Amino acid sequence: MSEVKIKISNLHKAFGKKVVLDGIDLELNKGESLVVIGGSGTGKSVLIKCIQGLLTPDSGSIEIDGEETVGADRRTQDALHSKMGMLFQGGALFDSLTVWENVAFGLLENQKMPRKQAKTEAVRVLRQVGLAPDVADLYPSEISGGMQKRVSLARAIATKPEIIFFDEPTTGLDPIMADVINDLIIESARGLGATALTITHDMASARKIADRIAMLYKGKIIWQGTVKELEKTDNPYVKQFINGSSQGPIKVEV
Amino acid sequence: MLTYIQNFLRALGKPLVKFIARFGDLTLFIARSLYNCITPPFYLKLLGRQFLDIGFYSLPVVGLTTIFAGMVIALQSYTGFARFGAESSVASVVLISVTRELAPVLSGLMVAGRIGAAMAAEIGTMRVTEQIDALVTLSTNPFKYLVAPRIIAGIIVLPLLVFIGDIIGIFGGYVICVYKLGFNPANYINSTLQNMEAIDIISGLVKASVFGFIITLMGCYNGYKSKGGAQGVGEATTNAVVSASILILVFNYILTELFFAK
Repeated sequence: MSEVKIKISNLHKAFGKKVVLDGIDLELNKGESLVVIGGSGTGKSVLIKCIQGLLTPDSGSIEIDGEETVGADRRTQDALHSKMGMLFQGGALFDSLTVWENVAFGLLENQKMPRKQAKTEAVRVLRQVGLAPDVADLYPSEISGGMQKRVSLARAIATKPEIIFFDEPTTGLDPIMADVINDLIIESARGLGATALTITHDMASARKIADRIAMLYKGKIIWQGTVKELEKTDNPYVKQFINGSSQGPIKVEV
Repeated sequence: MLTYIQNFLRALGKPLVKFIARFGDLTLFIARSLYNCITPPFYLKLLGRQFLDIGFYSLPVVGLTTIFAGMVIALQSYTGFARFGAESSVASVVLISVTRELAPVLSGLMVAGRIGAAMAAEIGTMRVTEQIDALVTLSTNPFKYLVAPRIIAGIIVLPLLVFIGDIIGIFGGYVICVYKLGFNPANYINSTLQNMEAIDIISGLVKASVFGFIITLMGCYNGYKSKGGAQGVGEATTNAVVSASILILVFNYILTELFFAK
């Protein structure tokens, strides 16, 4: 279990003068579920995008399966993407395609699976996330927000990735639907034996899906540990964040 | 005094640097687009859809634009030429102005409004809703999937549209001359055919191809780089249409100079 899947060291990223990531060190073991918590605008999304190669870090290193990805050529990047799946915050479903074409996108475009087989597979994955087969032929705009999240999750796991990223998976959902999505995340990540990296500020969700939690503040990882350790920590920043208090060392910049 | 000069230079330098950065950004975008236009994989189905969108569905607009352009040029040149008794040149004036200028430029501008705006809005929305990032995470190159089919279709389809526009425009001139101004139909057609030169039509079609590239490039570029939600997409749409229209007029002059200036 202690095999390192993702190793991030001394990662820096700035946009103009605004420093977003200021020396991140983080390790993810194979099959582990790590949740990164932190306030809005602390660079959680930027971190995920750097790991995926959607943004190029200014300096530092990201190793996936022992292979350096920062500055890697296109082919290496492509090979990496086929190992990854991502659940986007807003779903990011392709609105010109039907639900099943969305779910089967990776299978159709990259694995060149025949359409009929891909559709069967898409319907199977949709059922796995609790959606009936008759949803398959609808367009994303015709289904509810919660269903869109499920379809997006189905798309993320359809290619059976080794690493799955979840970008604020429960934001914008009611508490019950949020918990349903949490369950699905746990199920699907375990089912695939995948390594999961989630970013969120929803503590209920973090407690539920995390093996380990790390807190990002001012571009640095200021604390990490298990959920049990989180409850007992006396780190004032973490305590303020999990209690959701406006009083404490974290000052909200208005 | 020194601070005044410094401030002045600063005010001058900032937009200049911005302009140069944008120019470089666009150049890189063009290079990347063209590279992805000529290397596999090709998405033929998406290319087909663009052919339909840019070409087939623009036919009514191009048809209407060119028929009225042909009609008005016939009427104008007739009333103008009548002053010095040169009515017989109307047929060749219609021919030359439609094929060299009116059909390519007017069709280009109309298609820029129709297609450039739609492209910038579609790709811009995909950008701000993270659909483009989603493409990348699904190991699909957005340049191949979104940009290349549009640019290829633009380059190929615009000349076809303009060729049809040429025929319709000349027909518009014929209708006015024969049915309103009382020209002899046989003479008019004869005079058109006799004055027809390959260079007139070819130069128009080459222009159309360049315009097709400009329209689709501006649509894709502005959409691709848009940010900041609905407002950003709106801005991208406006920029796509305005920049494409201006570039069409600029390149129209440059190409005319290349073709016809001795």
